[in-house]
Amino acid sequence: MAASTPSSFAAFWTAFRHNRGALLGLWTVLVIACIAALAPWLAPYGPTLTDNQVFLTPPAWQSGGSAAHWLGTDAIGRDILSRLMHGARLSLTIGVAVVAISVVLGCALGLAAGYLRGVFDMVVMRCMDVILTLPSLLLAIVIVAILGPGLVNAMLAVAIVVLPHYVRITRAAVLAEAQRDYVTAARLSGAGHLRLMLVEILPNCAAPLIVQASLGLSTAILDAAALGFLGLGAQPPLPEWGTMLADAREFVLRAWWVVTFPGLAILVTVLAFNLLGDGLRDALDPKLKR
Amino acid sequence: MPAAAPMHPFAPLLELADLQVDFPSDQGVLHAVDGLSLQLHAGEVLGILGESGSGKSVAMMALMGLLSFPAQMRATRMQFAGQDLLHASAAQRRAITGKDMAMIFQDPMSSLNPSFTVAYQLSETLRLHLGIDARAARNHAATLLAQVGIADAASRLDAYPHQLSGGMCQRVMIAMAIACQPQLLIADEPTTALDVTVQAQILELLAQLQRTHGMAMVLISHDMGVVSQVAQRVAVMYAGQVVEVQEAGALFDAPRHPYTRALLQAMPQRSQGAKRLATIPGMVPGVADRPSGCLFAPRCAHAQTACNTPAPIHRDGGSQVRCHFPLHPLGAIA
Amino acid sequence: MWRFVFTRLGLVIPTFFGMTLLAFFLIRLVPGDPIETLAGERGIDAVRHAQLLHAYGLDQPLLTQYGIYIAKVLHGDLGKSIITQAPVMQEFLALFPATVELALCAMLFALLLGIPAGVLAAVKRNSVYDHGLMGAALTGYSMPIFWWGLLLILLFSVQLGWTPVSGRIAVAYFIEPSTGFLLIDSALSDEKGAFLSALGHLALPTIVLGTNPLAVVARMTRSAMLEVLGEDYVRTARAKGLPPWRVVAIHALRNAMVPVVTVIGLQVGVLFTGAILTETIFSWPGVGKWLIEAIARRDYPVLQGSMLLLGLIVMAVNVLVDLTYGLINPRIRS
Repeated sequence: MAASTPSSFAAFWTAFRHNRGALLGLWTVLVIACIAALAPWLAPYGPTLTDNQVFLTPPAWQSGGSAAHWLGTDAIGRDILSRLMHGARLSLTIGVAVVAISVVLGCALGLAAGYLRGVFDMVVMRCMDVILTLPSLLLAIVIVAILGPGLVNAMLAVAIVVLPHYVRITRAAVLAEAQRDYVTAARLSGAGHLRLMLVEILPNCAAPLIVQASLGLSTAILDAAALGFLGLGAQPPLPEWGTMLADAREFVLRAWWVVTFPGLAILVTVLAFNLLGDGLRDALDPKLKR
Repeated sequence: MPAAAPMHPFAPLLELADLQVDFPSDQGVLHAVDGLSLQLHAGEVLGILGESGSGKSVAMMALMGLLSFPAQMRATRMQFAGQDLLHASAAQRRAITGKDMAMIFQDPMSSLNPSFTVAYQLSETLRLHLGIDARAARNHAATLLAQVGIADAASRLDAYPHQLSGGMCQRVMIAMAIACQPQLLIADEPTTALDVTVQAQILELLAQLQRTHGMAMVLISHDMGVVSQVAQRVAVMYAGQVVEVQEAGALFDAPRHPYTRALLQAMPQRSQGAKRLATIPGMVPGVADRPSGCLFAPRCAHAQTACNTPAPIHRDGGSQVRCHFPLHPLGAIA
Repeated sequence: MWRFVFTRLGLVIPTFFGMTLLAFFLIRLVPGDPIETLAGERGIDAVRHAQLLHAYGLDQPLLTQYGIYIAKVLHGDLGKSIITQAPVMQEFLALFPATVELALCAMLFALLLGIPAGVLAAVKRNSVYDHGLMGAALTGYSMPIFWWGLLLILLFSVQLGWTPVSGRIAVAYFIEPSTGFLLIDSALSDEKGAFLSALGHLALPTIVLGTNPLAVVARMTRSAMLEVLGEDYVRTARAKGLPPWRVVAIHALRNAMVPVVTVIGLQVGVLFTGAILTETIFSWPGVGKWLIEAIARRDYPVLQGSMLLLGLIVMAVNVLVDLTYGLINPRIRS
């Protein structure tokens, strides 16, 4: 059910439009993306600018707070609002990068496995089984433990963890299509395998891939934040939301705002992507509609 | 062809007046049942004939109280065995449903719960409506299975639905329906999903049970052959309305409504060696193109200008016809 | 059915080998000298290096090493912790009950709240309950666990002072560990107030860990129920006059539970993931916290061993779930 012709896209958009949750998700994602893109100009301060005079200032509406720091400051005087905005850039970049890597790699593996079958297929699927069986964070932690903590390694780890989903979708599509007569006909007439895979088979799994990718974005952001919280992901002073929470743990008693806002940012972003993903799924496949 | 229905001096068992069932949707309101009025006497067999989308199933589901969201139902009158169903509470209706008024459906294999045995599903009805204990219910269930012609009933009791054939599943459904000796049995396309050989058996079973128990029966079908075998009176439905009601024999020999005649002519058995089978041109009106006058007018060979106004219903005893210009005249206009 | 069991068990073998392979290569993938990684020492001189090489069996061919590793794993020997020098298996077994207790409570929490929520949302489809419950479920599903834990601590422990901040039981109590499950052990002991203390310490971690599974169970139950409620056999159940609670709770739920049970089993992996974070926040002495500490201290044998063990446990649970599914589904059972 590829949304390639104008009429099917129009049908998809009508269905999507009716889903208020999905629209809300879409708008929120767009707002966050704008904030992320414009962060260097929107944010009142630099994300790493420290000022020991104003450390642990409460948010503007509480006593002790000031309009200079709307959401307060952290333990070394950095403005939380600015850090959140720059953190949006990080989180969205992480999400997109992770999904991009895993989609490309996953599709490649899935196409190859479904097309070539045999031993290669078996090995790939067993590997995917192992990855799926292992608890996701556990595997990510182990990968980062091997490679060393850091943002890039964390992204790689999360990409590997979500890989099996894309492999399965693509492989299933290949298996379904490979039976069809036109594939046999094309092969007999000498059409290249690669062309066949990309042009004929891939569009058939576009819909589930899109849905999985959208939901994958939210998983990526959550998992990367978890790694950051554990000290294994983005390292300070990067303003990644999870990393911000790691620093904040000790201030639960004294400064609630240091703990609340970064987590809220994660929640809103992930929720928005999930709403979007659910809406895409409902609009693209009526059979799955609730 | 069964004998003609005798005259009834008593009050009818079932009275439906002006039943309306609507399904609101994004494209507009679908009038699934549009002003249906029917009467049924005790022990009588009524056939309801119509294409899919004619509202025949929906009407009976409304009677049984089985309509679900987003259906909207209203009626001037809905009386069964002297009880007013329109103003009865949900609990009062449930006391009748499955006990005095029962229904069997089109696809027997999916109509039985796959996770429970035949014995469980039969006993459930018995224990609910007759209040008997588990042991007695099981024995009774075995008797019922024998009544519906299942050989070796005792061993079938502990079977799961997927272990039974379609015909057997339908027999089990019938057993569940007659378990509490209902006064009315509604059969909605009971043979459509079955093999041809089994169809005849099931119809024969239904006819025999109807005679033995003396219950009234409504047989819904799109297949004239099925209806003609069992029904004494036949109602023909089109696009949510009843267009004709007559005794079965009279209906097939001399239909009064052009739609009925067109249906009869379209039967392959009646093609009389013609090169092409007759069809009815056009399509059943949907939500968007419902005529304001007679619903059949766009497709009727006899349509005239007067047919752009809603057709009047002519009644005479148990017969009716909804047409401006019936093919044969019928008593007074209601 | 036995064929089904054996086929399913057969699939376990490649996964087992895959996991042990991963664990085996883990140490060797760490940048740097594997000897240094395993021994936890830096700047080892040549003599000691040769000694350790032999002691760890790294002078053997790779395949032999792998074979020895598998043999050791099957005997329960997963090496020794670099920091404590205690056998990894021993430490794991000592700490695992704490994690299991937490995970079980969280799952129970998720089921007790999630299933009724899903059923309610399905039965009252598109109502305010439905939208509200599903909105809450989506929020719970999108919630970063570590933040949710901190938030709850902030609210209930700091602001309201209702619950403790960390640990399994108040420091004042010393309970003899017999089952390893503090709830059971404290209930069996003579210490007054111990059980309540253990319960109080479990409260917040259970809620935190159980929120994600709760959301998944609620959503899954709703969609399974919606599908089942539209099935023919539910219509039959209503046609029998069964009260609504019976239709939902017995006929519908029984069939809806099948996909839900599968999902529950698959949640085990998610629970372990969540446990790592939850234990860190609440200083809950389970394998999750142990794992995190091991990373910080570069205790690779612990990392390798606990990864393998947790992976194998999840695999075992998946197999159990598949087998249970086979038992529930009558089609496979017979």
